[in-house]
Amino acid sequence: MTAPLPTQPVLELDGVSKVYSVKQGLFGRRKPLRAMDEVSLSLGRGEVLGLVGESGCGKSTLAKILLGLEAPTAGQVRVDGEPLDGQNRRLLARRIQPIFQDPYSSLNPRKSIKDIISLPLRVHKIGDAASQENAVREILDVVGLPVRVMNSYPNQMSGGQRQRVAIARALIMKPEVVICDEPTSALDVSVQSQILNLLGELRREFGLTYLFISHNLAVVEHLATRVAVMYFGRIVEEAAVGDLFDRPRHPYTQALLASVLTPEPGLGVPDTQLGAAYPNPIDPPPGCHFHQRCAQAMEVCSRLAPPSCLDGDRRIECHLVSPPEGGGDAATELERR
Amino acid sequence: METAVNDPILKVRNLRLTIPLGAGSLNAVRGIDFDLQRGETLCIVGESGSGKSLTALSIIDLLGRGIERRADRLEFDGIDLLKAGRSQMRSLRGDRMAMIFQEPMTSLNPAYTIGDQLVEAFRLHRKADRAAARARAVELLEKVGITAAASRLGQYPHQLSGGLRQRVMIAMALMCEPELIIADEPTTALDVTIQAQILHLLAELTREMGVAMILITHDLGVVARVADKVAVMYAGELVETGTAKKVFEAPVHPYTRGLLGCIPVPGRTQRGAPLGAIPGIVPSLISEVSGCAFRSRCAEATEACGAFIPHRVASEGSHSFRCVHESGRKAGAEAGT
Ligand SMILES: Nc1ncnc2c1ncn2[C@@H]1O[C@H](COP(=O)(O)OP(=O)(O)OP(=O)(O)O)[C@@H](O)[C@H]1O
Ligand SMILES: Nc1ncnc2c1ncn2[C@@H]1O[C@H](COP(=O)(O)OP(=O)(O)OP(=O)(O)O)[C@@H](O)[C@H]1O
Ligand code: SF4
Ligand SMILES: [Mg+2]
Ligand SMILES: [Mg+2]
Repeated sequence: MTAPLPTQPVLELDGVSKVYSVKQGLFGRRKPLRAMDEVSLSLGRGEVLGLVGESGCGKSTLAKILLGLEAPTAGQVRVDGEPLDGQNRRLLARRIQPIFQDPYSSLNPRKSIKDIISLPLRVHKIGDAASQENAVREILDVVGLPVRVMNSYPNQMSGGQRQRVAIARALIMKPEVVICDEPTSALDVSVQSQILNLLGELRREFGLTYLFISHNLAVVEHLATRVAVMYFGRIVEEAAVGDLFDRPRHPYTQALLASVLTPEPGLGVPDTQLGAAYPNPIDPPPGCHFHQRCAQAMEVCSRLAPPSCLDGDRRIECHLVSPPEGGGDAATELERR
Repeated sequence: METAVNDPILKVRNLRLTIPLGAGSLNAVRGIDFDLQRGETLCIVGESGSGKSLTALSIIDLLGRGIERRADRLEFDGIDLLKAGRSQMRSLRGDRMAMIFQEPMTSLNPAYTIGDQLVEAFRLHRKADRAAARARAVELLEKVGITAAASRLGQYPHQLSGGLRQRVMIAMALMCEPELIIADEPTTALDVTIQAQILHLLAELTREMGVAMILITHDLGVVARVADKVAVMYAGELVETGTAKKVFEAPVHPYTRGLLGCIPVPGRTQRGAPLGAIPGIVPSLISEVSGCAFRSRCAEATEACGAFIPHRVASEGSHSFRCVHESGRKAGAEAGT
């Protein structure tokens, strides 16, 4: 089943790269680290784009760029067709809200829960004190926290409760897009399911759009409408959720999905055959960044970077899909953009 | 009646752990029983704060200061751990029992090389010479899938990636051929691909060497794939114990059933449909808790749940649970999860 392509993307990344300059060792010289490498993505209204990939592949960097917390080194981010730049960042902050991974460090320990949640309302001068307090009560109920926590402080709450506070703070502005970076990875499964249900309800109710970053592929499969797989700063495969999970085509996607441990006893732990370690980010391997770990690598993979190909609604970067030296695969065509 | 041919390597009866606090005491673990056979893997799963880590630490006598440990029996291969002195425990730890923590940096010393740390424990417990110890270290690093093992011995922990450090920890735990490994969330901080590799390895090594393992995790996928036996913990008690097959395919206790309903299962849960939930929060364990601690969140709760809760045997011998209801469900309620 292929989801229809949305007409007006809420968020677009167009050839976005982010290069950090890092120092190796105490006396080492600065070297470029390509955290994001020509990433193009678009999020349609009401979509949930799942973003998956190994630690360090650039997911959080992408999130920070969408939030305007980091400036891209190259390329453009557009919100409702408008380029995101320094001038309109504050305006756009109302429309894009984050929920971060770590419920411990993302909340100011000296502020009460009420202050934390109502801060965006105060910053944007929405309503008076009484209506702000009402809004906090309402949102606490939405995220399943008792009203009495209003006067508590973050260190008096459990991890799950803190994450709910973070969600309440993101949602009180009624944003259009919510960037969720590992929103449930610190939570118990019983709390996780409530948060996921909540995110699903809010999406249906308010037409929210999510970028959902997670290591939990079962959760991504459950919640996402589209999925992008990132490896070493590049999107190596992107497709509608059903297509991607039912028929992964990139060898990395295949290895990733093979690692998922479904709660089915008796199946044991699969051997993913992903031998070598993740490459050093300041020393990218030539050709396809994945070739040293790829079980299906061919000679060409160590020489040439695979081009980005479109196959129907699926985008993929792998020589298996795009025979490079003039091989004809009728099912694929080089992306022309 | 069974005869004692296969005496369990670990026998735990009515284990209670109490933490004195200013205003009373926290009954963190409230009378748990289990046996572990040689070569068997027991997974303990349950809500955050239910007492899983404390249970593990109490077995190897590494509880924090002031935490009171009481039990009717706590035996490791016939040794009464309740009476074992400090030096006896020290010689058991790292030799016949080993522990793997979630964050390898808590047990790897940043100031010493990998080689020194691997070799030290072995020389201490086995009175081996340096060359033999080094050979053993290389052998184990290779076994846990570390390439160029000999050259790693001179490296410091911070020079390794998280996945490699976790492998070093496993190698370290295996140095003295322990009979019992206690692994507390050993893969929680790792990528799914690396998690699969490490669990694959642990499962293989424990099987190969006949090592018994207690693996603590909140990931039900991990439990299903790794466990021979599962213990479900809630508020300091084991509410259900049984083989992985029984607990996953025929769960009885309302908490276990609730927990299994919370996670999306690829292929079984409809994408995007609401997940099961366990509303409410864990009760405070400060001062005495009467009856079933789950009753405030349980859909099957009746008045009787506030009183004595019997241990019950489900369908077959080794599958047991604690609930007032004979089948884990209110009389007259429909069968089916
Ligand atoms: N401020 C920074 N300065 C230098 N390097 C950075 C900076 N932020 C991120 N990086 C590097 O960029 C790469 C991508 O990091 P990023 O945090 O985006 O990864 P991630 O996919 O979110 O990983 P994880 O799953 O562990 O959260 C990594 O190699 C990281 O070390
Ligand atoms: N040293 C300590 N002092 C006071 N309370 C403690 C101490 N160690 C643990 N606790 C409390 O004891 C209870 C059980 O803790 P434990 O660490 O065993 O939980 P857990 O099941 O391992 O949880 P998690 O899944 O979050 O790791 C918790 O309420 C915890 O706050
Ligand atoms: S391009 Fe080659 S190395 Fe890269 S994923 Fe495809 S087959 Fe593997
Ligand atoms: Mg990240
Ligand atoms: Mg723990």
